[in-house]
Amino acid sequence: MRLEYTERQKKFRAEVREWMTANVPKAALTSFDTQEGFEQHRAWEAKLNEGRWSAVTWPKELGGRSCDRIEWLIFEEEYWRAGAPLRVNQNGVFLLAPTLMEYGTDEQKARFLPRMAAGIDTWAQGWSEPGAGSDMAAIRTKAVLDGDHYVINGQKTWSTRAVFADWCFGLFRTDPDSQRHHGLTFILLPLNLPGITIRPIKQLNGLPGFAEIFFDNVKVPAANRLGAEGQGWNVAMATAGFERGLMLRSPARFQKTAQNLVALYQRHRAHADRDPSIRDAVLKSWMDAEAYALSTYQTASRLVRGGSIGPEASTNKIFWSELDLLMHETAMRILGSHGELMPEASEAAESAPWLDGFLFAQAGPIYAGSNEIQRNIIAERVLGLPRA
Amino acid sequence: MDFTFTEDQLALRDAIHKFLMVEAAPEMLREIWETQTGRSAELRAKLADQGLTALSVPEAYGGMGLGDLDWVLIQQELGYYAIPDSLAATAYLAVHLLSGLATLASQGRGLPAGRELAEHWLPKVAAGNARIAVGNGVNPFVADAANADLLLLGHDDEVHALKPAQVQLEHQPSIDASRRLYKLSWTPSEFTRVCDARQGQPLWLGLLDRAGVAIAAQLLGLAQRMLDLGTDYAAQRKQFGKPIGSFQAVKHHLADVTVKIEFARPVVQRAAHSLATNHPLASVHVSQARLAAGEAARLAARKSIQVHGAMGYTWEADLQMFMKRAWALDSAWGDAIFHKARVAHALFADGALLGPDATFASH
Repeated sequence: MRLEYTERQKKFRAEVREWMTANVPKAALTSFDTQEGFEQHRAWEAKLNEGRWSAVTWPKELGGRSCDRIEWLIFEEEYWRAGAPLRVNQNGVFLLAPTLMEYGTDEQKARFLPRMAAGIDTWAQGWSEPGAGSDMAAIRTKAVLDGDHYVINGQKTWSTRAVFADWCFGLFRTDPDSQRHHGLTFILLPLNLPGITIRPIKQLNGLPGFAEIFFDNVKVPAANRLGAEGQGWNVAMATAGFERGLMLRSPARFQKTAQNLVALYQRHRAHADRDPSIRDAVLKSWMDAEAYALSTYQTASRLVRGGSIGPEASTNKIFWSELDLLMHETAMRILGSHGELMPEASEAAESAPWLDGFLFAQAGPIYAGSNEIQRNIIAERVLGLPRA
Repeated sequence: MDFTFTEDQLALRDAIHKFLMVEAAPEMLREIWETQTGRSAELRAKLADQGLTALSVPEAYGGMGLGDLDWVLIQQELGYYAIPDSLAATAYLAVHLLSGLATLASQGRGLPAGRELAEHWLPKVAAGNARIAVGNGVNPFVADAANADLLLLGHDDEVHALKPAQVQLEHQPSIDASRRLYKLSWTPSEFTRVCDARQGQPLWLGLLDRAGVAIAAQLLGLAQRMLDLGTDYAAQRKQFGKPIGSFQAVKHHLADVTVKIEFARPVVQRAAHSLATNHPLASVHVSQARLAAGEAARLAARKSIQVHGAMGYTWEADLQMFMKRAWALDSAWGDAIFHKARVAHALFADGALLGPDATFASH
């Protein structure tokens, strides 16, 4: 055990810091859930890619830096430290890419990954359907093979980024007689194909962060299939699935929030200390953010040494989503009457980012597999308890 | 950056795990409760055979010279099997004090009495032939004082060495039947003093932190044991025609415990590393470890008894051994109030290092 950075790692950090200092936009970008903001964020992805920072863990030939997981953590720390923009293409870079690396053909990797890294292709997710939320194996949207094309009919919903994104990935039922997680296939498709209708869904903040996607005889080349036909469930759930969980939320994001929360508390201490439970919540927030960082470093160290990541990764999502709620709830308690103010209010300068984060924190325990589903996974796959 | 243990460290942990599974079965521990000392010479001899009493005794005194990182994995096992206090107090805490006295002597800074004491007792500890009780003002009571061959006691920051006959003991029965707590009355004198306050201050601080890591690691082991007991029970006990562990309400109790343990473990292990490397924030890391592990153990107790139903409220079910031990240890060597205050002091200090790059920042 050695809990110090190597000279090489320190040099890498310095390199990231230097680039971020020079390139991170001084003014915050508009939300990527608007057309204008989406394009601002896409331009930022292109800029990141010019510096070869958009997908540091990818192999060099695909536009990455072949960083190991420790270097990835260092990169993320510097990224969040610099206050850089949210990643509009995280569905692609963090969620789809690990699966593409594991199951994609060389042709598919070359076709999709460099454009993804450059922000030329931005990605939406296509998992949930009206009748398939937590019960994802109930997917009904059909993809019927017809020569060298699939013909897709049905509906996806809660598709994150689908309003402005270029591409979508998800699971489709290719065997009409199949049940549950059999007969599903993982397919990638452009969202501008004939027969696709996208209906934006307003989120809690009033912006269309996700959408319904309707498929009416949409023709998708069979070459867009990822992995074997009928194996889509396994492709989606494979080892990469656990790694996705790791990549989706690096600890740096929460450590940055915890740091901001401590600063907020310090500024309002005279008032906040009248309720001692505030101080306690701030303390717990910081300790839990540290614990998440330590846990991730431990997992990353194991991965660097050739270990693998298993179903215990389901604990991550529960931990960070509850931590994020705790931090934002605590901030709102400190902010009192200012908490409710919309960003355009003249008195909202300090509070508006907290309100934004508070709203988004409400979604944390729900998306990417609700925390109830994660608890079932832990109980069944880590503890070995029987299925219902 | 490498947050992993060596193959040797893990192999030793695995060996101790297997050994304790056989030698420290719950029914055996219950038998020891009934004895007056609460301790078994036979078990201690077997632990010594495994090298546990020699683990951190310096090689010059017949030990293995291993450190805090080796201990932290072993302490998790001691917790998992609810091994009573005396082993950690003697082989880890007392050895820390005695080794410190030996080091001071070798630097020509200690009292002659300190050197003699270390040279006499360290080999005996390594060989498994001594029980040493340790106490200072942080704890109102001293564990295993009546049963000790030697007591190392704090007076202000001085270290005093006493024989049991030199102290008056009043037994304070604990809810944890494996504990043997005593209120001590004794008179410090120049004849009992083995280290002055100036030299003793860092020794006691190091001891408090080592006790903290030992307890945090034991609480982790206890939490895991209570989780395992609850899981086993939920898989076997049937109601409504199926195992209660197939119901989500029960599953989620146990999943919540799993989450708490997962995120306490690295905090505890980092604290051990910080001690081993004299990290300037070691004490803060230890207190974080105590709070995280305490939370995991308390939740494990609460959820496991809930899953056990009425059976969990009985004397018969083994859960009680681990639950009561967790409740007791959680307040030993600084309770949660003490440890939270230490973390708060560091966190809210001017210039505290916070933020995404602070976790492993050099100080």
